[in-house]
Amino acid sequence: MVGVEDLVHFRYYVSSKTINKLIQVHDRIFCCIAGSLADAQAVTKAAKFQISFHSIQMESPPLVKAAASVLKELCYNNKEELQAGFITAGWDRKKGPQVYTVALGGMLLSQPFTIGGSGSTYIYGYADAKYKPDMSKEECLQFATNALALAMGRDNVSGGVAHLVVITEEGVEHIVIPGDKLPKFHDE
Amino acid sequence: IMLDESSEPGWLSEEVKTGTTIIAIEFDGGVVLGSDSRVSAGETVVNRVMNKLSLLHDKIYCALSGSAADAQTIAEMVNYQLDVHSIEVGEDPQVRSAATLVKNISYKYKEELSAHLIVAGWDKKGGGQVYVTLNGLLSRQPFAVGGSGSSYVYGFVDAEYRKAMSKEDCQQFVVNTLSLAMSRDGSSGGVAYLVTIDEKGAEEKCILGNELPTFYDQ
Repeated sequence: MVGVEDLVHFRYYVSSKTINKLIQVHDRIFCCIAGSLADAQAVTKAAKFQISFHSIQMESPPLVKAAASVLKELCYNNKEELQAGFITAGWDRKKGPQVYTVALGGMLLSQPFTIGGSGSTYIYGYADAKYKPDMSKEECLQFATNALALAMGRDNVSGGVAHLVVITEEGVEHIVIPGDKLPKFHDE
Repeated sequence: IMLDESSEPGWLSEEVKTGTTIIAIEFDGGVVLGSDSRVSAGETVVNRVMNKLSLLHDKIYCALSGSAADAQTIAEMVNYQLDVHSIEVGEDPQVRSAATLVKNISYKYKEELSAHLIVAGWDKKGGGQVYVTLNGLLSRQPFAVGGSGSSYVYGFVDAEYRKAMSKEDCQQFVVNTLSLAMSRDGSSGGVAYLVTIDEKGAEEKCILGNELPTFYDQ
């Protein structure tokens, strides 16, 4: 389950309210991008190519870990120039659903769930309190939607529309929630 | 590559800050204030058990954050000014008066000071009240969070706060919030202090680190 909101800002001017920060790098693997979007787009473009080439060579769909590793190599080897962080998530036959985070300097970490981007600071407490292992798909969707809505309510550079992607063995489902349909909390 | 940064320990030269998580919330009939207990000087923890909930009057407390010296000095000055004021009016001061005194100092010296105090208490005119005085503004809110740890729990408090919570619910809300912030913020930690103020007076409580609520990864 991958969710992002989609405001893009250039200094304090909002240049786009409708950008999708969920990039598909393979059939069952998506990447959430954060930081400098130009850097993130360049990296994911290169990663997408490398992953699809790798998948052809191996004659099987790539492992999520392999995709995350490709991103990590790009981030680590170019750490001086790049300013982008990623969350790679997807499904593969070997280990099922997985989530990996690639941080700014190129650290790769596997986690049951993770949050990232500027708005994530505001929801660490919420995520820690509300996450339970082995949630159902609907519970996960609710958790991600609430977390995004809370972060968008507090972070001035997050906002617009929320994008969610559900990835399973069967396929990929893309859900878009406009700002006014997001859950509201006590002061709204 | 540096093996040894300097011969002098950092805490001798770094500013002493109460990095902190502080929170105050109103309920019908009173308020609950909460804080962590960590005081840091750079990367060193110089006091792991400091009570950041400071008395301004019998039923008015403030929660300190930011520079430890600045915050303590403001609290002491306002404690003195409130004592004089309450003698002059002949009765217990209003929470709004205490908050205004704090605000006056914070605003007048806003360039020199770097402390944020949340003022909360009970008076017979307005019941339980919470005031924020960040940067010299004065604003009453149903609840308030402050300090470096507060960033991590904005989402949690926005989601969990409901109007008209009972005293016990408020205390649980404060304890949960502090615990979450303390586990994420490097400048917050130690024990949790709670003060519950109502018509009958103020009750102080300390919750040790191992008695705080834990969440999924602890």
